[in-house]
Amino acid sequence: MAMLGKTANGLFWMFRYLERAENTARLIETGQRIALTRLGDADDEWKSILQSAGAYEAFKEEYDDVNKDDVIDYLLRSKTNGSSVLSCMNSARHNARLVRTALTGEVWEATNAAYMAARELLARKVSERDLPKVLGAIRQRAALVRGMTHGTMMRNEIYDFARIGTFLERADNTARILDVKYYVLLPSVSAVGTSLDNVQWETILRSVSARGGFRMEYGGGAGPQEIADFLVLDRRMPRSLAFCTRKLRENLTHLGSGTGQSLPSQKLVSHMERMYLSHDIEAVFDYGLHEFIQKMLGQFRELAQQIEIDYRFYE
Amino acid sequence: MTTPVFDEMWGQDETLRDPYRGFDAWFSGEDLGRLRAKQREAEDLFRLTGITFNVYGRAEAEERLIPFDIIPRIISNAEWQKLTRGIEQRVRAINAFLYDIYHKQEIIKAGRIPAEMISRNIAFEPHMIGVEPPGGVYTHIVGIDLVRTGPGDFFVLEDNARTPSGVSYMLENRETMLQMFPELFSRNRVQQVQSYPSDLRRSLAACAPNRVEGKPVVAVLTPGIFNSAYFEHAFLADQMGVELVEGNDLRVVDGKVAMRTTRGYKPIDVLYRRVDDEYIDPLNFNPESSLGIPGIMDVYRSGGITIANAPGTGIADDKAIYSYMPEIVEFYTGERPLLQNVPTWRCSEPDALAYVLEHLEELVVKEVHGSGGYGMLIGPTASKKEIATFRKKLSARPANYIAQPTLALSTVPIFTRNGLAPRHVDLRPFVLVSPEGIRVTPGGLTRVALKSGSLVVNSSQGGGTKDTWVLED
Repeated sequence: MAMLGKTANGLFWMFRYLERAENTARLIETGQRIALTRLGDADDEWKSILQSAGAYEAFKEEYDDVNKDDVIDYLLRSKTNGSSVLSCMNSARHNARLVRTALTGEVWEATNAAYMAARELLARKVSERDLPKVLGAIRQRAALVRGMTHGTMMRNEIYDFARIGTFLERADNTARILDVKYYVLLPSVSAVGTSLDNVQWETILRSVSARGGFRMEYGGGAGPQEIADFLVLDRRMPRSLAFCTRKLRENLTHLGSGTGQSLPSQKLVSHMERMYLSHDIEAVFDYGLHEFIQKMLGQFRELAQQIEIDYRFYE
Repeated sequence: MTTPVFDEMWGQDETLRDPYRGFDAWFSGEDLGRLRAKQREAEDLFRLTGITFNVYGRAEAEERLIPFDIIPRIISNAEWQKLTRGIEQRVRAINAFLYDIYHKQEIIKAGRIPAEMISRNIAFEPHMIGVEPPGGVYTHIVGIDLVRTGPGDFFVLEDNARTPSGVSYMLENRETMLQMFPELFSRNRVQQVQSYPSDLRRSLAACAPNRVEGKPVVAVLTPGIFNSAYFEHAFLADQMGVELVEGNDLRVVDGKVAMRTTRGYKPIDVLYRRVDDEYIDPLNFNPESSLGIPGIMDVYRSGGITIANAPGTGIADDKAIYSYMPEIVEFYTGERPLLQNVPTWRCSEPDALAYVLEHLEELVVKEVHGSGGYGMLIGPTASKKEIATFRKKLSARPANYIAQPTLALSTVPIFTRNGLAPRHVDLRPFVLVSPEGIRVTPGGLTRVALKSGSLVVNSSQGGGTKDTWVLED
């Protein structure tokens, strides 16, 4: 089966934006949580959140200093911020309309409903009191789309591109969080057990919805190395780099099956797994955690570009 | 207006008409509060489905819903059968006329229509001269606009032989009614419309070029997501299970029109285009167009692809040609026209113009190439100032206009805050043409003027739509 290159492109971005909307909502939740526990420098935390969302530079152009209300509003509702929750929902729906014929009615309606809900919830500045409810509703809406996708879509090329968009965005998101916070995970500087460290670690786990999984796996007595291992290499943790990369490889392999040839994107993703994700975490620390994350971010970017070319997204 | 208006539920003398009996029995047992809630529920359903149209000339091409009225319009099978015969006759004549116009032009030689009606008409397409469209079909999809003035009196208002829209509303209106009032459909036996998409696909496939072996590849061509009818384009492609393409997805490869897929270019056999003639091929028509496919006309002329509807069909639904339709029907079918034409004054003719200028306050005056209810004058409801302004426009370019008497359009009930109230309607049945035959879907799009007394049903001017029922016998 083959599908329109334009449709593949639209699916890829529709699901990237849905994933991004959810990730941004989760980042805001994390920031708010830290601010409320009053540990550490709150404004500093909001700066990290902006950086993790890839929005710090653009934010600085509009605002003189970083404060909670502005950051939340910028990440939630700003029209100039293409990655704000509202912009993401808008873009997700726009792409869904473009690829309407590739979606089941259920997925389209869930997406349209998610967009309509977001537009209503985010029509005005969200008060602190309403924030948890609004963020919860947005994550739930995004989860409904994912559920409908899972439950009603054929497992064909269409599904592959939807998944590829999802996992590239997710991998990128986890990598960016690690990129901003890598230093708290370095063994050399961490005085294990200080409450500040505990908060920092929790921030990281929270921002990728990994607290529960981590606790189940390691119990209470684990430190930065285990966290790094969990987020980078764990193959069962659905937001780790290794997990996302494996999913990308599987979907790209499925896309390529039957063509009798291995496309460059497929080669690249196999290379990424072999080179970077099949060692243990000590090797990663030896390589340098920061350098490693930077390398991975670059590889994900390159992979996205290669997929665009291999599958004729554009003319 | 002096003639009494014909109401499709209550006739001209307040007697309940047969097709509405089942509905009336149901309605009289209904609670108005519940129906009001249902009306809101219908709007929510439409919003969720995303059945919207984009409004031109507004920032960010705002999406809007066409108002939907929950009261069905009901037509008996006998009325429908009669109407269908008239529609089939008219559509056969239109296709024969188009073939003739682009080949021997017998009708002109016979002196039945003046030569300049064709040669000077901007809708005439010289690129189509001598072209044999696959299957001999020009108008694969037609949406004839009809109005009614009495129990058996239907008039054709427009033939819409280019790219008629609105069929998605016919389907979604029915879907919504089925969801909201299942009990109404158990009480009334309504003929189904839901097979339209599969009928459309079959009909298009039956018109594939001769070269095609096996199942033809069909695609819908849309101008894109900002077009006012984008929802419908996506809807039809989805329901037919075919690709929805834009000009930049297509190019001519090895003498065929092909679409860019994730695995290279794949040829298309039948293109249901919702792009106007002048934009379809920048090499052959408007060079500025980015909506079309350079060279598609060359492929078409060599029989490599079916374009539906064929380029150049606009010559048949032009408002000046319209006035010749009775002659056209007779000339090609040898029969008397079964459907009536609205008497039409061609303002290009001096006598007609003189009459029209004298009777502006009684007449409807339309632009020959206008559509969407824009640029027209409705004499009886226009102000003195509007008439004066229009008089100047008409005198300056008379050939640009035709005029018709104001018809006493029939009314059907709509649901208002205070219960049922009559409003004027028109009807657009949808017709499919292929070598296998002509098929008229039982039903169609009923457009309704929501304002009391108004005769303008266009959605761009505040009109709404209704579900249209054709009952079984």
